[in-house]
Amino acid sequence: MLFTTYEFMGFMAVLFLAYYLVPKKCQWPLLLAASYLFYFCAGADYLIYIMVTTLTVYFAARMMEKNADKQAAYLKEHKAELSKEEKKAYKETQKRVRLRWLISCLLLNLGVLAVVKYTNFFISNVNGILNSLGSGKQISFLTLALPMGISFYTFQAVGYLIDVYRGTVPAEKNPFRFALFVAFFPQLIQGPISRFGDLSKTLYEKHRFEAKTLCLGLQRVLWGYFKKMVVADRILAGVRTIVGDVGAYEGAYVLVGMLFYTVELYADFTGGIDITIGIAQALGIRVEENFNLPYFSKSLKEYWRRWHISMCSWFRDYIFYPVSISRPMQRFTKFSKKRFGEKVGRRLPMYLSSFTVWLATGVWHGASWNFIVWGLGNWAILMASEELEPLYEKFHDRFGARGRLYGLFQMFRTFLLVCCLNLFDCYSSLGDTFRAFGSVFTAGNWNVLWDGSLMELGLTMLDYWILAGGTVLMLCVSLLHRTGSVREKIGRRVYPLRFAIWYGLFLAVLLMGAYGIGYDASQFIYNQF
Amino acid sequence: MKQNGKARALIKFAVSAAVALGGLFLLQRLLVPKYVDGIVEGAFIAEYYGEKKDFDVIFVGDCEVYENFSPIVLWQEYGINSYIRGSAEQYIWQSYYVLEDTLRYETPKAAIFNIQSLQFDKSQNEAYNRMTLEGMRWSPSKVNAILASMKPEEQFLDYVFPILRYHSRWSELTASDIRYMFDTKRVSHNGYYMRVDVRPAENVPTGRILGDYSFGENAWKYLDMMRELCEEKGVKLILIKAPSLYPYWYPEWEEQVEEYAQKYGLPYINFLELTEETGIDYSTDTYDAGLHMNLSGAEKLARYMGRFLREEIGLLDRRGETELQEIWKSKIEAYEAEREAQYVKYGMKEENGQ
Repeated sequence: MLFTTYEFMGFMAVLFLAYYLVPKKCQWPLLLAASYLFYFCAGADYLIYIMVTTLTVYFAARMMEKNADKQAAYLKEHKAELSKEEKKAYKETQKRVRLRWLISCLLLNLGVLAVVKYTNFFISNVNGILNSLGSGKQISFLTLALPMGISFYTFQAVGYLIDVYRGTVPAEKNPFRFALFVAFFPQLIQGPISRFGDLSKTLYEKHRFEAKTLCLGLQRVLWGYFKKMVVADRILAGVRTIVGDVGAYEGAYVLVGMLFYTVELYADFTGGIDITIGIAQALGIRVEENFNLPYFSKSLKEYWRRWHISMCSWFRDYIFYPVSISRPMQRFTKFSKKRFGEKVGRRLPMYLSSFTVWLATGVWHGASWNFIVWGLGNWAILMASEELEPLYEKFHDRFGARGRLYGLFQMFRTFLLVCCLNLFDCYSSLGDTFRAFGSVFTAGNWNVLWDGSLMELGLTMLDYWILAGGTVLMLCVSLLHRTGSVREKIGRRVYPLRFAIWYGLFLAVLLMGAYGIGYDASQFIYNQF
Repeated sequence: MKQNGKARALIKFAVSAAVALGGLFLLQRLLVPKYVDGIVEGAFIAEYYGEKKDFDVIFVGDCEVYENFSPIVLWQEYGINSYIRGSAEQYIWQSYYVLEDTLRYETPKAAIFNIQSLQFDKSQNEAYNRMTLEGMRWSPSKVNAILASMKPEEQFLDYVFPILRYHSRWSELTASDIRYMFDTKRVSHNGYYMRVDVRPAENVPTGRILGDYSFGENAWKYLDMMRELCEEKGVKLILIKAPSLYPYWYPEWEEQVEEYAQKYGLPYINFLELTEETGIDYSTDTYDAGLHMNLSGAEKLARYMGRFLREEIGLLDRRGETELQEIWKSKIEAYEAEREAQYVKYGMKEENGQ
């Protein structure tokens, strides 16, 4: 049941109605039932995975909290009898118990994720090695279904578990409430990866019907559908044509494909998140933003603070920081300071932690070398930028390159960099990616940009006009958004104008959306992660 | 004050909803295909509802009925009041539900079904589904026809709100879409699609060898349902095979139909075997090299069918009925006018009638 199906729209209509009609104390149980129904529709077999994650994480979190409570009670009771050392030793012992719960649960859940997502990738690499050694033996691939949104809900649950371990959030006592946190359906498909501390503030609250809240939520949903159905699904045909045949579409076509894919990815992912946040808002629930005008970033570092915010902050909080302060890393810091001097020695551990994060980010995005190289490519550019920062500063001071125009140049440069990195996401193998990228400099077929060849990519002139209009509209909305919520700005206009704007947007989706017979609309790109 | 505010909000909501729904209705009317020029087959099924429903005979089937029999000749020469409820590649389950739909309005004495569509066990083409189903008025028959016809990629909701299916047609709208937004023009003659041009049948290909010549279970099921429906309503079911040379009609298929007709005592006429009796000449009576009859062929088949209906089924001559005379008078005029226009169009006659 994808967001763009009639079934989902019907499901939503019934849910909204029921949600505001049932007694308020039944609202969150209703959401839980709806979330499980939604997940059941994606595949009954998948339910077992999400239930295992829910139960194990719930249980481990409760055990950790019980242990922490026991520790507090014991220390309180024996406050006078125990020496400082004894208290410390006791705390260490109890912490180890909690750590065992944490690690066991992490291993189980990340293990399940690794098995369903990466087993065949592992097998294909082993087969490649066997081949290169001249062995005729090959390991058969396994038929493993990838449960919908497993990367998202596993990370969300694991984040909660670590938070409980750290004592940042209390463990949820009601298993059903926790089940809703893991399975809350709008964010199951493609995130964002919410934190328990944020989502739980409104998820279990009693919500009174407010027409304004509902309208604002539905307006955001509509804007999401516009991005997804009018732009992303329409441009998809062009992307598929170009990346589907590396030999035929090289050189200038690769640049066109790169640009198309970047537009598609933006419209698809931000559109999907708009739908998610809009649905939640209409239900009175606040889901954190996942994007903050990413293409206005002036550097790759800034881009990663504005794009897929929930994933980036997850990796920062649950991988980067723990790795950075881990004992092996502290030992490595000491070693590198001694070996390479204070300046370099201080940086090396940070680069190593960052390498771990980007490797994990690449692996999380997909079971393929393309994603791993994509992750490491990001890491290499970020580290190079960090190293070259003093040089940039000198350059900026020397040439006074700090004005608005230079800012635009920086944005364009970052956009181009992101487009190039996205190539790894477009093509199915590293060989194809490098061949396609290399052909940009060697094919010399620039004439295809104006000789009508672009009309043979599965897109008509009308498609190009619609895409151009849609992209310009997205840009205008982003520009307006810099000074505050666009929906609220529209909301301050007179009613007929407001009505005309939203009805016009609805008609644009209805008439220009790429859906139904004759269109091969895709599922959301991030749905596959 | 509070009540005034509420009333104002209610009025605002009602006006907005009316504007929004009205706009959608107009858009839907604009975007749905009108089938008044070019491909007109999609208009046939709906035209029936404008008729006085008192027919002696109803033909159901695909192009092998709506292009091969002239109801005008049946009236003019035998006084038989007939109508063809057929559409392009109308599948057997659609023919069944179209007949069921017809029997909601009237009970003809005979129903004639062309068995060509027995070869299909499931729908082949969404566009053909649309041509038949969109023309039907909403009823349980239409709902069941849609459910029986939908291909996996189709959605029921697209039939309820056709704007969802035709949402992107705005780029190909013509003047006809505006002209016929709320109105339509007749494109058939009691369901008959007229063509007067001639393209002789030459080098008709024989059928390719099939792995299995048995008709599918689904096709048989609907033929059984059609037979039972006719029995229940007291309508004489007549099976026919029109004399179309292509698609190829296999002897193995013929055997199965003959066996079925014999088993249930149904009259079965295979016109492919009656070229002498009907007088069909494939060098002059077809407009597309043997696939369908032209006007000359359709009139010859209607004459044979008229004799059969009068002699074997016992249908009476109703030319004496004043009301029917009036109805048919205008139909004959339209028929003759189109015939003349087509003679000119296809260069078979000068514009001045020479």
